[in-house]
Amino acid sequence: MTVIGWFQIILYCAIVVALVKPLGWYMTRVFNGEATFLSPVLRPVERGLYWISGVDEKREQHWLTYTVSMLLFHVGGFLIIYGLMRLQALLPFNPAGQSAVAQDLSFNTAISFITNTNWQNYGGESTLSYLVQMLGLTHQNFLSAATGIALAVALIRGFSRSSMRTIGNFWVDVTRCTLYVLLPICIVYTLFLVWQGMPQTLGDYVEATTLEGAKQTIAVGPVASQVAIKMLGTNGGGFFNANAAHPFENPTALSNFVQMISIFALGAALTNVFGRMVGNERQGWAILAVMGVLFLAGVAVTYWAEANGTSTLASLGLTGGNMEGKEVRFGIVASSLFAVITTAASCGAVNAMHDSFTALGGMIPLINMQLGEIIVGGVGAGLYGMLLFVVLAIFVAGLMVGRTPEYVGKKIEAREVKMAMLAILVLPLMYLGWTAVAVVLPSAVASMANAGPHGFTEVLYAFTSATGNNGSAFGGLTGNTFFYNLTLASSMFVGRFFMIVPAMALAGSLASKKSIPPSAGTLPTTGGLFVGLVVGVILIIGGLTFFPALALGPIVEHLAMNASTLF
Amino acid sequence: METMKLQKKATASAMLDPKIVVPAIRAAFAKLDPRLMIKNPVMFVVEIVAALTTVIFLRNLVTGGEGLAFTFQIILWLWFTVLFANFAEAVAEGRGKAQAESLKKTRTESKAKLLEGSDRSYRLVSGTSLKVGDIVLVEAGDNIPSDGEVIEGVASVNEAAITGESAPVIRESGGDRSAVTGGTQVLSDWIRVRITAAQGSTFIDRMIKLVEGAERQKTPNEIALNILLAGLTIIFVFATVTIPSYAAYAGGSISVVVLVALFVTLIPTTIGALLSAIGIAGMDRLVRFNVLAMSGRAVEAAGDVDTLLLDKTGTITLGNRQATAFRPVRGVTEQELADAAQLASLADETPEGRSIVVLAKEKYGIRGRDMNELAATFIPFAAQTRMSGIDAGSSSVRKGAVDAILNYVDGGGIRAVASGNAVRALQVGAMSEAGREIQAIADEISKAGGTPLAVAKDGKLLGVIHLKDIVKGGIRERFAELRRMGIRTVMITGDNPMTAAAIAAEAGVDDFLAQATPEDKLKLIRDEQAKGKLVAMCGDGTNDAPALAQADVGVAMNTGTQAAREAGNMVDLDSNPTKLIEVVEIGKQLLMTRGALTTFSIANDVAKYFAIIPAMFLAFYPQLEVLNIMHLASPQSAILSAIIFNALIIIALIPLALKGVAYRAVGAGALLRRNLLIYGLGGIIVPFIGIKAIDLAVAALGLA
Repeated sequence: MTVIGWFQIILYCAIVVALVKPLGWYMTRVFNGEATFLSPVLRPVERGLYWISGVDEKREQHWLTYTVSMLLFHVGGFLIIYGLMRLQALLPFNPAGQSAVAQDLSFNTAISFITNTNWQNYGGESTLSYLVQMLGLTHQNFLSAATGIALAVALIRGFSRSSMRTIGNFWVDVTRCTLYVLLPICIVYTLFLVWQGMPQTLGDYVEATTLEGAKQTIAVGPVASQVAIKMLGTNGGGFFNANAAHPFENPTALSNFVQMISIFALGAALTNVFGRMVGNERQGWAILAVMGVLFLAGVAVTYWAEANGTSTLASLGLTGGNMEGKEVRFGIVASSLFAVITTAASCGAVNAMHDSFTALGGMIPLINMQLGEIIVGGVGAGLYGMLLFVVLAIFVAGLMVGRTPEYVGKKIEAREVKMAMLAILVLPLMYLGWTAVAVVLPSAVASMANAGPHGFTEVLYAFTSATGNNGSAFGGLTGNTFFYNLTLASSMFVGRFFMIVPAMALAGSLASKKSIPPSAGTLPTTGGLFVGLVVGVILIIGGLTFFPALALGPIVEHLAMNASTLF
Repeated sequence: METMKLQKKATASAMLDPKIVVPAIRAAFAKLDPRLMIKNPVMFVVEIVAALTTVIFLRNLVTGGEGLAFTFQIILWLWFTVLFANFAEAVAEGRGKAQAESLKKTRTESKAKLLEGSDRSYRLVSGTSLKVGDIVLVEAGDNIPSDGEVIEGVASVNEAAITGESAPVIRESGGDRSAVTGGTQVLSDWIRVRITAAQGSTFIDRMIKLVEGAERQKTPNEIALNILLAGLTIIFVFATVTIPSYAAYAGGSISVVVLVALFVTLIPTTIGALLSAIGIAGMDRLVRFNVLAMSGRAVEAAGDVDTLLLDKTGTITLGNRQATAFRPVRGVTEQELADAAQLASLADETPEGRSIVVLAKEKYGIRGRDMNELAATFIPFAAQTRMSGIDAGSSSVRKGAVDAILNYVDGGGIRAVASGNAVRALQVGAMSEAGREIQAIADEISKAGGTPLAVAKDGKLLGVIHLKDIVKGGIRERFAELRRMGIRTVMITGDNPMTAAAIAAEAGVDDFLAQATPEDKLKLIRDEQAKGKLVAMCGDGTNDAPALAQADVGVAMNTGTQAAREAGNMVDLDSNPTKLIEVVEIGKQLLMTRGALTTFSIANDVAKYFAIIPAMFLAFYPQLEVLNIMHLASPQSAILSAIIFNALIIIALIPLALKGVAYRAVGAGALLRRNLLIYGLGGIIVPFIGIKAIDLAVAALGLA
């Protein structure tokens, strides 16, 4: 580890934190339906959209209507992607002449993109036409991100409202989020990326003749526009197979740094939206502090593990850390930091092969996802995931002050606990359950690139990533098989929607409750004690679930490696 | 305080008292019935897996298998885990049962004198045949056959059967002391009672059911906690059932009994085992405090109370006002005034009157005088004159409400008697100089929160006696404590705002409601509740009933009317309104105990993982020995030690569950820090030490 390395990490955190307040202020205005500096331009567009689709923007929805609207919206999104992929050979903007995508892969990809996962069992440049990339994937990148943010705002309204039946209007929230937040930032962001050297073209793949005289096809396309929303919306689905490690998808150190910032920007700012909406910004900072503590701990471990390398490498005379699978233009710090960020948030873009990380260095991304991607997390999803944990933490420990536990003025009672528990339950069921099936199924085991604990980690990582809607791949695992296409799709689907429905039920139940004014007997939820408490509950309740699996994967691999046994 | 001490002693001895422990052991086995166990999801699951492993063990016993001794020990401790949980509940119930037995004795078959006409002729019927609305006669020596309302007569009643207090109380028709309880005994005189409760639902019946825990319903918070525990259990099902597959991949295998051991140690058995005991003990603690909560919900609500409505009289101040100063008008000495006041009060048996005599003696050395020697006649207080006094020979002394005395003096004593309302018509201008002076002194006293009592002798105004509400000793500190707990106190009084403000300031309450009518009280409660606050109050009169019903915690005084007792959700048998504060503390204690043990239970899992995970996987991944940070002797002893610890900790925590975690009024933040340190951090550390110690013993005894 180096001072300059840590400086980069601290600088990164400082910029993310600096963006929290302005973005939080802006987004709060957007979701409260107030005017912003973009309103003169966008307001007519917004009104036009409501007029076309027949949405009454003044009419708010009950949590059930809100959730059903969201689900219907996703059925539509699924059909569009699935249809486009199956029919791509017949459709325009297909210069490379890609043929129709197989049924199971189309199914997997459609689920993957509507759930904000962007798990890719395909290589973008070798499978998809420009039309599918733009109309199918980029389009869902916007909408799944907007959905996540809308749901988080709906849950926040649950906390901030008192004795109300409604939690907002899904159509309005998604429209405003896309129009006022995602689109404007992405337009500027795309221009920046193009400036950094990223392609943005509808032209053919480029033919090049190498020095040896061989012919080489260089894939290009509308890359920058997709990368912008892929990062900002924590989608993570790469235009190219190599994702953010590809020079056209991440050309410079600066583009890498800005991409990392854009992963966290909206998720971190949503904590401020939470604080503002519940009437005390410190509540938001406390949540961000919980995320920050867990994040920095993860960064420290991964950076340390990668910078130290392994005893095996050292014995071969290779010092200076573990550079296997990393881009030289990013180096150890930027690769470690990227890996932790992309898994802490549910982005899933990668700029290095996580498979090639040291056992412990690669364990942190795994843990980040297993905790439910609540460390900043996916846009929106991270906040509502975190609030579910807060509800549990407050319930357990809040009793210790001798009152029915309450959080930002809302009593946490049976219904809230039930919904939070339901939402959290499904995660281990999916990633532990499917891993258990896969590791004893010979055909599924055959997909592993490595034997022993490392192969085990590859499978565990894949299901964890899918369930957490992260989408990053550990690498090594051949995922495009019938078994993995379907099981991963089911993990993505359950991981997203089986968490959302209880979270929205929670929002509805909270909104209908009275708000209780705080007193000296109320558990303070803005201080260090609260932060420590939530971190503890997340580590114990989250951690206990997957400790056995970790012991059999990265931990035993690390111990074996120290004894010079490799897998 | 006395009751508190008794309560602690009782708790400490419950686990040692063979009268409770022996039946509890028996009950622990009886409670193994799955139909009863299913009410406690966590322990029900443990019972299922214990039964399952027992079947497997028996099969292996027949077919012959390896490690039978080890398996047998694990199974034994699994059953112990369930039994210990049942035992905890049985001990908690046992304390109530003993109390219920003594209550049942008072419910003995008694005869009732059923009145049939309006005269006093009656028919002897069986007490159990009485219906609501029947009217019975109860005479000296009779037991009151059922709950009812006195409609005629006055009697002294021994209520020791329910309150434990042997001093008789007066029950009379009409007032706020008209309710009588079945099973109590009339000592003197007679009363006519209208029966208000059907057989089986009388106060004593309800009390028996409550202390027995027979109709115990899970409280809202308990339900929520059960959901959390069930959820955690399901998560650990996922975590353990997937392990065999992982092990198979690694080329190893794991026996069912080891998996079961891991599962049972991970699920929150500690809190699962003690949860119902905590609830029963909380109710029981109230009962020991002579407060009957009609539901567990009310006890929980008590912990959540934000606003406490307290009646001034009897709660904040001593019931009676006392004389604290003599304030003469110009031209009269204090000594003269004191002398006249003492004379007027000699035969006055009211506490106020006596306090005047006491003050006169202590401050001015005026000795008591013999009424007969003075040949004096005492004029008692009458509502019409609002004065009392004495006529001795030619001189007459009067004391009373300021306007009444002024009227008496100015109006020549005769007209004042005619109408109290005439006072209002009195013109200030027409008042004598002494009258104005009296009025000024009276205003001053009122402002200071006191009550002025004017004194006149032979038609001449002498001065004013300052009667003062005496704020109870230590009450100010109690209110400060409540404030630290985050509870706002509101004093309710019939006094005028000026007086109320002065007393409120002296007592240190946060707010007051002066000249309060029952409607005002109700409105105040509704307003507070609209702000999301929980309100507690106590009351005894029929006109308190709506407010008692509206309040989240309504404590009715046992001396109160039947209507009040029906409306409240708690009854204080001692009729001591100050107890509301303790009720709140007991409610908080109940919630805290649950939270503390849940935290402890979950935190325990860390150590158990470090005991079992390396032991489980060691056969195929010897590298994992590094995780055996406790250096446990062998894989078998590690697993056995973890499961033994898991069972024993239940027994070890029963006293805490029964006694409750100590509550301190230090504010939520400090309280949380303290409890997190003890039960959170402690919960992580204690099992490391405990499991290691058990492992040493297991290894030394060669058990595994």
